[in-house]
Amino acid sequence: MSEPMREIEVTVNGKLHRASVPVRMTLSDCLRHEFGLTGTHVGCEHGVCGACTVLFDGHSARSCLMLAVQANGHEIETIEGLESAKGELSHLQAALRDHHGLQCGFCTPGMLTTLTELLRDNPSPTDSDVRIAISGNLCRCTGYEGIVAAALDAAQRIKDAGSRA
Amino acid sequence: MKPPSFAYHDPKSVEDAVALLGSLENAKLLAGGQSLMPMLNMRFVLPDHVIDLNNIPGLAGVELHDQALVIGAMTRQRELEFSDLVATHCPILAEALLQVGHRQTRNRGTIGGSLCHLDPAAELPTLCLALEAQVEVVGPSGPRGLMFADFPLGYMTPAIGADELVTRIALPLWPKGHGYAFEEFARRHGDFAIASAAVVLTLDAQGAIDRVAVAIGGVCATPMRMEAIEAALMGREPSPELFRAATAACKELDALGDVHAPASYRQHLAGVMVRRALVRACERASAGSKS
Ligand code: FES
Ligand code: FES
Repeated sequence: MSEPMREIEVTVNGKLHRASVPVRMTLSDCLRHEFGLTGTHVGCEHGVCGACTVLFDGHSARSCLMLAVQANGHEIETIEGLESAKGELSHLQAALRDHHGLQCGFCTPGMLTTLTELLRDNPSPTDSDVRIAISGNLCRCTGYEGIVAAALDAAQRIKDAGSRA
Repeated sequence: MKPPSFAYHDPKSVEDAVALLGSLENAKLLAGGQSLMPMLNMRFVLPDHVIDLNNIPGLAGVELHDQALVIGAMTRQRELEFSDLVATHCPILAEALLQVGHRQTRNRGTIGGSLCHLDPAAELPTLCLALEAQVEVVGPSGPRGLMFADFPLGYMTPAIGADELVTRIALPLWPKGHGYAFEEFARRHGDFAIASAAVVLTLDAQGAIDRVAVAIGGVCATPMRMEAIEAALMGREPSPELFRAATAACKELDALGDVHAPASYRQHLAGVMVRRALVRACERASAGSKS
């Protein structure tokens, strides 16, 4: 049986990407293999680890639980889109580095996209808000404490700078 | 690639989706994808056709219609979680949703998808049973309605034909100031419940229970409406002794046993969840009647 294919157009981090993809290809595989955006990590491929989280039309979603064809005509932000145009880390990224919120970095793309959405939805999260927000993201290295501290600190830095997540 | 090979269809209307269901063999409907996609990735299901409902306009949204909240089947759990209509008229739905998966899965997952997947431990089917929800199903001969009580035929098996799809869910409203609570025990936040309980009730002027609905999830092959508990509570004043006696009926449940918990533990836990939900629901009902 020949592989059914579809043409798709997806805006990723503000840039339009076009590809012809097998209809069964997951969005995570499309981002990595078709668009070359390997910042999005793939851990479990069945919706448990959260490493593949991207922002789909502004909201966090597991890209391993979507088909690439479903992204046609939609907008996606990945970890590659979080830094500024000048290449500066976002407040959240900088805070994560300062608080040792990553070791191997495998969970980091999912943590950052999830927390970016949290800080947009809720600019003054509590410790518990942050823990609940990342409850769907597994980290095998840090023990989470540095990640929670980073999110809380990032919220403060964003307020001090008067900018957005 | 993880998913098996299939043909992909994205109909633009309910009629087209129903026509596809009627003409294609071995087709699966794709709603929010938070259950179907893992099953595809693990090749637990091998459909020849996947029919994506995400491009059909008009299947999502929340509206208030004479004494019921009418919810489109493709309404994302996120939209319900943040809906003012839900917060005002059906607060137990907002409370239950916080136990459904995680932010990332609620952003995609739909109410219709959860009801049709009908995982015995899922929160939304349990809640729909307690609220006496009505489900609108559309097939080749048009729409029909059924009570959610008649929806689960058995383990993960909804009472819908192979050429039908769920389009709307109506949740009848309880009076303003009613008491409610959704309780759940799971090993980790966001996991499926080992046992959950949904309780909705009202108290009369003397403080006795004059209307009550109790449903349990995660314990049996389908969510269970607990009429024996309701009957034992009706007309009585809430007290720990009453709740303990009324929930003794949980010991009779035909409970599932699995790697997470044996059947006897689930029976025990069901009673604990119902009692906790009753306590909180009564507190809310007495606060509501005073305000
Ligand atoms: S790779 Fe998507 S949730 Fe694990
Ligand atoms: S930093 Fe290694 S998994 Fe989180």
